[in-house]
Amino acid sequence: MSERLVTNRLATEGHASQGLASEIPVGEMPMNEKPASEKPVSERDVVLQAEHVKKYFPVRGLLGNVVGNVKAVDDVSVTLYRGETYGLVGESGCGKSTLGRTLIKLLDATAGRIVINGIDITKISQREMRTTMRKKVQMIFQDPYTSLNPRMRIGEILTEALVIQNVGKPSERMDMVIDMLDKVGLRIEHYYRFPHELSGGQRQRVGFARAVILNPDIVICDEPVSALDVSVRSQIINLLLDMQEARGLTYLFISHDMSVIRYISHRTGVMYLGHIVEEAITDELFADPRHPYTQVLLSAVPSPDPHIKKNRIILEGDLPSPLNPPPGCVFHTRCPGAMPVCKEAYPPEIQVSPSHKVACHRYA
Amino acid sequence: MELQMEQMNEIKRALQREQRQLMLRKFFRNKLAVIGSSIVLTLVLVAIFADVIAPQDPLDMVVRDRLTPPGSKYLFGADTFGRDVLSRVIHGARVSMLVGTCVGLSSMVFGMLIGLYACYYSFLDNVLMRICDGLSAIPSTLLAIALMAVLGSTATNVIVAMSIVYVPRMARVSRAAAMVVKEQTYIEAMRATGASDSRIIWRHIAPNILSPVIVQASYNFANSIITEAALSFLGVGIPVPQPSWGNILNEGKSVITTGWWLIVFPGAATALAVLGLNILGDGLRDMLDPHTN
Repeated sequence: MSERLVTNRLATEGHASQGLASEIPVGEMPMNEKPASEKPVSERDVVLQAEHVKKYFPVRGLLGNVVGNVKAVDDVSVTLYRGETYGLVGESGCGKSTLGRTLIKLLDATAGRIVINGIDITKISQREMRTTMRKKVQMIFQDPYTSLNPRMRIGEILTEALVIQNVGKPSERMDMVIDMLDKVGLRIEHYYRFPHELSGGQRQRVGFARAVILNPDIVICDEPVSALDVSVRSQIINLLLDMQEARGLTYLFISHDMSVIRYISHRTGVMYLGHIVEEAITDELFADPRHPYTQVLLSAVPSPDPHIKKNRIILEGDLPSPLNPPPGCVFHTRCPGAMPVCKEAYPPEIQVSPSHKVACHRYA
Repeated sequence: MELQMEQMNEIKRALQREQRQLMLRKFFRNKLAVIGSSIVLTLVLVAIFADVIAPQDPLDMVVRDRLTPPGSKYLFGADTFGRDVLSRVIHGARVSMLVGTCVGLSSMVFGMLIGLYACYYSFLDNVLMRICDGLSAIPSTLLAIALMAVLGSTATNVIVAMSIVYVPRMARVSRAAAMVVKEQTYIEAMRATGASDSRIIWRHIAPNILSPVIVQASYNFANSIITEAALSFLGVGIPVPQPSWGNILNEGKSVITTGWWLIVFPGAATALAVLGLNILGDGLRDMLDPHTN
């Protein structure tokens, strides 16, 4: 494990000048060791299991009657194992953030079961969720500029989390916060600073500290590095990895950046229009993408070497509206290899290998 | 280890000390806040110590001296009954400041309460805001007169009536501001942390809507002094002979051509209070905003 971190760190720092992960060609990316997911399934410790989760947003007409549903998440099943990073990738509007929020009950699921640590959170009330589960599932957000209350000092922001969850005695909290600041690479004098006095990277560290100070099992990372510039990105990613190592955290890492996903996650799910269309161990997914959409995504990853000629697959058209998704396979309207059957039936989930699933008629 | 702990505590104490000094310095460097608060503080002190400061009894009539212009005997002149205008203005500060403060504060508290809950709970939104719309559809002075007619003219009822008049505006201002704040990511972050609704509303949304609310509150304070004056002027406000800036003006209106001092001095006092309050409001807004240093 420690070896993995060292190699990762060297790799990022070495490439920092040329712009870190997102510009490193996929083939040269440092390989992560995948301890959690390479164990046999029976030995893995499931922290979160979601089955057939749906999240529909009703669209109301003039009279307040429901005239349709935006199917942001449509029948998604996903399992998170303790200590792993699950990457969730897809273009904007595909429902990845909605899925992340639904999994921790920031949004109520329309249908399905979400079991965290043995408790089905779709069955409990928001109040129960607050008092019993919130401590265990935390979230870090994309925009470090709006995710911190501008009127509170950094110390107050972190203390607030402890107060809300009633962690520690009031007299100890300041020390806990200072200790946490130190762990995320901030200093004691940041305690009395306001968020606007910090840089984007420092703010994201605060956001991360707020999530981790409660000692959660799962952290939903909603594009935590997308708003940061590339030089800061590597620092935050390394911080995430260090903290995972130290505390055995489980991450659901949402991103639209294939390179970051490849760098950080053990397993990866590809999302398109509310469905997870392919899921595999990250290396397997990148080496052998099966779903045509995954292939398109991978072909779009930029390469820093202009001499490498790539066969880029260009997608026609836009993402169809989730209000009125196409029948059959949701991807058939843009799929380069669509077949007649694709228009009629949603493809079954096919197990390509024990750790690789794809939903496509081609492999049926 | 022991030493380290001590050093840490030393650093913590030093930082806390520094913070207190910074807040004080921030206040004194803010000219608006200093000027505004000294004007308001002076007026409040005048109101509190009116009995001591006033040279004469404000109700004491000396008919011989009626309509004496400002001079050595009566600094601000005497009114139609020969009462000392200076003493009446000083005692009038009592009523006006009391009415202004109470109306300003109560409209702020209730307005924020309505605005915040309407914003946070959509089922309350329509009910509360439509009631506010209904109230603001009636011209405010007319509404105040009607309420006074129903409640009867006492100082307390003036405060109640005017609070009812000003609450809808404050509710609308705070709801609009809260709508913006509610959508910010840090509110969602607090939900993810497990904060209760009331904690989110009062600890995370409320402080972030203070800027427009304080501006509106100082405006309400100033306006309520003027409306109180208008009510007294119309004879439905503070009952005579108790002086308020408004009813001094009211009595002066009939002799405006011969006794200008009956209009100018209470008018100037009202203007000063309103000015001081507005300056203080702006200063407070700047001071509470962490972005200004």
